[in-house]
Amino acid sequence: MSDFPSSAHVVVIGAGIVGNSVVKHLAAHGWRDIVQLDKGPLPNPGGSTGHASNFIYPVDHNKEMAHLTLDSQVQYEEMGVSVTSGGLEVARTEARMHELNRRMTSAKSWGIDSRLVTREEIEELVPFLDVNVVLGGWFSPTVSVVDSLRAGTLMREYALDLGALSVHPVTEVLDIETDRGRISAVVTNKGRIACEYVVIACGVWSPRLARMAGASIPLTPAVHQMIDVGPLEILSATNSEIGYPIVRDMDTFCYERQTGGSMEVGSYAHRPIFHHPDTIPSIEEARLSPTELPLTMDDFDPQLEQAVELMPFLGDAEIKYGINGLLSLTPDAMPLVGETPEVKNLWSCAAIWIKEGPGTGRALAEWMTQGYPEIDPHASDIARFYPYMKTERHILDRCSEHFNKTYGIVHPREQWDSRRNSRVSTLHATTSALGAVYFEAGGWERPHWYESNAPLLEEYGDRIPERPHEWDRRWWSPIQNAEHLALRDRVGMIDLTAFAIFDITGSGALQFVQYMTVNQVDRPVGSGIYTPLLTEEGGFRSDLTILRMGEDHFRVITGGFDGARDAYWFRKWLPESDCVTFADITSSISTIGVWGPSARRLVERVTDDDVSHEGFPYGTWKHATIDSIPVTMFRISYVGDLGWEIYTSMEHAPMLWETLWEAGQDLGVVPVGAGVYGTTGRLEKGYRLMGAELESEYNPVEAGLARRLVKKADFVGKEAYLKAREEDPAAVCCTLSLESYVSTSGVARFPMGGNEPILTQEGDRIVDRKGRVSRVTSAGASPSLDTYLFLGYLPPEFAQEGRSLQIMYQNESFPVKVARVGSKPLFDPDDSRMKS
Amino acid sequence: MRILVCVKRVPAPGAKIVLTPDAQDIDASLLGFAISPHEECAVEEAVRIVEREGGSVTVLTLGPPEAEEQLRAAVAVGATSVVLLPSDIPDWDPVSTSAALVSAIARLEEEQGEPFGLVMFGNESADSGGFQVGIRAARSLGRPMVTGIKGIDTEGDSIAARRETPSGWELYRLPLPAVVGVKEGINLPRYPTLKGRMAARRAPVQTMEPVAGSSGQSKVMLMTPPDAGSAVEILGEGPEAVPAIVDIMESLGLV
Repeated sequence: MSDFPSSAHVVVIGAGIVGNSVVKHLAAHGWRDIVQLDKGPLPNPGGSTGHASNFIYPVDHNKEMAHLTLDSQVQYEEMGVSVTSGGLEVARTEARMHELNRRMTSAKSWGIDSRLVTREEIEELVPFLDVNVVLGGWFSPTVSVVDSLRAGTLMREYALDLGALSVHPVTEVLDIETDRGRISAVVTNKGRIACEYVVIACGVWSPRLARMAGASIPLTPAVHQMIDVGPLEILSATNSEIGYPIVRDMDTFCYERQTGGSMEVGSYAHRPIFHHPDTIPSIEEARLSPTELPLTMDDFDPQLEQAVELMPFLGDAEIKYGINGLLSLTPDAMPLVGETPEVKNLWSCAAIWIKEGPGTGRALAEWMTQGYPEIDPHASDIARFYPYMKTERHILDRCSEHFNKTYGIVHPREQWDSRRNSRVSTLHATTSALGAVYFEAGGWERPHWYESNAPLLEEYGDRIPERPHEWDRRWWSPIQNAEHLALRDRVGMIDLTAFAIFDITGSGALQFVQYMTVNQVDRPVGSGIYTPLLTEEGGFRSDLTILRMGEDHFRVITGGFDGARDAYWFRKWLPESDCVTFADITSSISTIGVWGPSARRLVERVTDDDVSHEGFPYGTWKHATIDSIPVTMFRISYVGDLGWEIYTSMEHAPMLWETLWEAGQDLGVVPVGAGVYGTTGRLEKGYRLMGAELESEYNPVEAGLARRLVKKADFVGKEAYLKAREEDPAAVCCTLSLESYVSTSGVARFPMGGNEPILTQEGDRIVDRKGRVSRVTSAGASPSLDTYLFLGYLPPEFAQEGRSLQIMYQNESFPVKVARVGSKPLFDPDDSRMKS
Repeated sequence: MRILVCVKRVPAPGAKIVLTPDAQDIDASLLGFAISPHEECAVEEAVRIVEREGGSVTVLTLGPPEAEEQLRAAVAVGATSVVLLPSDIPDWDPVSTSAALVSAIARLEEEQGEPFGLVMFGNESADSGGFQVGIRAARSLGRPMVTGIKGIDTEGDSIAARRETPSGWELYRLPLPAVVGVKEGINLPRYPTLKGRMAARRAPVQTMEPVAGSSGQSKVMLMTPPDAGSAVEILGEGPEAVPAIVDIMESLGLV
């Protein structure tokens, strides 16, 4: 093969919908010398694309997924490979009817047309559906069906026409070579290709390819069963590939989708069936294709009756084809996109389904070209996993748990059942004894509230409104509000071991940390600095706190949810020389927060060090001794009250807790969970949270976090940041308060905070000049102010304090008022509680 | 007519068969299984006869417990009742297989008080392809048999069976009870309907202990035959390929 390339700028492995989309968008972004490889033939190399159902329901509760899907839908339309069929979700249970209200809400957020439909309307839309088995439904007219194989061909041709691409099917990758942690070549059965970049877009085979380079793509091939049933005259009579809406029978986890004269019935109801990427049959060994495995009929049998129940005419139709189709599942059910943390210039674009393929391909190309994609990718970022999360056992257990939730009703606060206690603090026994109810935070078991605080309900119960709806009470306890009030009245102790902590040291540390951060970090040793980290386009990449421990020593403290992504981000920018050392010391440090008006009195009792306001000013840290334990104390607060984050070695944490606990008994100390730390305390202070308010789609000016001055030193995103400071912000982050728990139609609810749209009084969506919709980014009770608060961005014309607006929740409208524009806290606006 | 069809569970055709490392078995971990194709046609033919003129179709198999899947598949396309002779022994040779089937047939006929009018086999199995079981069984049963059958007409106490040859159809008339070996092509087997499959789930499967015969044959090892392969010659690309194509068309007498 003399025309086989010996070098390339970038090698894209995989020619399914994802690989094809990646080559197109790389070419469109100016990349040249792209080589695309696939083990299989074209146009259908035998991966999951070849047997996909190819339908797209654009509504998703997750913003990132909704936007990637909407972009994909547009791209398919532009290529002329899309047919709009409409889609119908039917409910057999009251719980599902409730969930369909949530679908209505998310549809409204993303501006997708949809409506609830009665049985009569369902009958009109899908006359062969027996409406007696359903209670009602939800109809989304823009649901579409696409030809993903044709789309792939067109996208390859786009790149070929630009002279940017050479395509080599039937080429097997044998090895991926690296040199000092960086991609250097791809070895195939046809020859070696020296290259600078590799993109792995091989769906279910991706883990195998990543391993060749020493990286990890944590997914498992999993079975999704489908059968093809026909012929059916009603369908043939439409003379089209798809003439009726796609029906999702949500409560049975099945769908029915017309394919010409037949009906495809697909199921997510069967037991989880996993395969290993190394044992997927080869093209020769596969009777149909490597990802179309023999149908295990016993697993599908229970779904037949449900299908016939819903659509009786299916009963006499023949099962012509059936497969155990393979698709990719990940531990948290989100895609795996971005540069792998293990190998420089090795990019993953995997665990992506047809519906989000082209959008994700575009996002990856933007990411590789500009440094970050337009759609904030934090939920898909492959760097989000801690090492244990990439083990096979973790992947399989988590995928087993969520597979049957594919069409499930998943509560926004829902916690995992499997693989719990993977990361526990040395405080775990202590907090367990106090009745901690744990939620996961970056894998850590973090107390969310303490059952031992139930007696506080007698003291504070009259200040905690009842939540009449079970959905609003789920994964929540009124104890959280009581803990909040007790902390504000007395003093609380919070286990913050879930923090990720990094030490950056060396002669180049100052220069490096300056370059990574927006705010001035060249402050005296002993300072603590809050700072955003930006993308090159000036959006939020992270926000965190940095302690200057020494002239050449900075300690980064960041949230457990983002620790892995933040570690990747710092490492990515590390200079080649060895003047800066980055060390992740998370596992050696435990943190206990002590906050409340009595915090100083408590701490004074156990340390001889000066903890007075003058001797230990706000925003500074000190080494100290508590009892016999060496600690580092940082006077800061995320809950808005006086106190410290107290760090100690992991092994001392239980004794430290005990010492503080004993000293606080007569002060009424209470253990306080993350329900207060992360939500109620935070919201009263208007503190923004990474991944909620803070995303790459928003900049510090919009978030209200821009300081008066900009430091001289250069930093990532500075140019864009300076530009943003010159402009009027397109939207600003605001705090809104709920004016009534009762909706306009008389239903009492507690809106939860899952991207609910913020609407005008007329019920219209609010979209800023950059096209971003106003939505709830965080929500929660404000026990101290006796209200309920939301954070969200509003365009300036709506961002006026006192302005009346509405929030849609579960398809009901609730009156809200703009309580605060910008970052000034609603509770204790001048911060006197924590700064005195 | 009362018809009995003997079927065998085989790997679904189309996949490359991989052997286990000890060469004693095939690696079935990724294989689908099916009724051997000739026998699938036999089941279809039996169901059609019974649909036409009444009676019953009993399907019998000797195989691993999982062969129940194939029996249920037969019910899904119209079999009346099914019988499994479960055995974990992998290498039943033609002698012992036919002995076990004949014994089971005798027991079934005795239970039911009358013989099967027609016993049907596939011409040969898709996996071992011994071409023997049906003939051996017919001989033991003392009933007339023809193989390679691609057409059956019932005529009261007899059947007319047709076999395709290069020079035309051979026609056999067999008095009942009789045995036939059916070949693919006799019909196009139907797919199961959803209702058929639902009924199959609930269908009772009669099990009978197989009578193990011995013939002295035993398996030494399995081998994968060399791939016959097929050669593809690329004649060229674009207009340059035309002369070569014309040459070939001329040699085939097409132009």
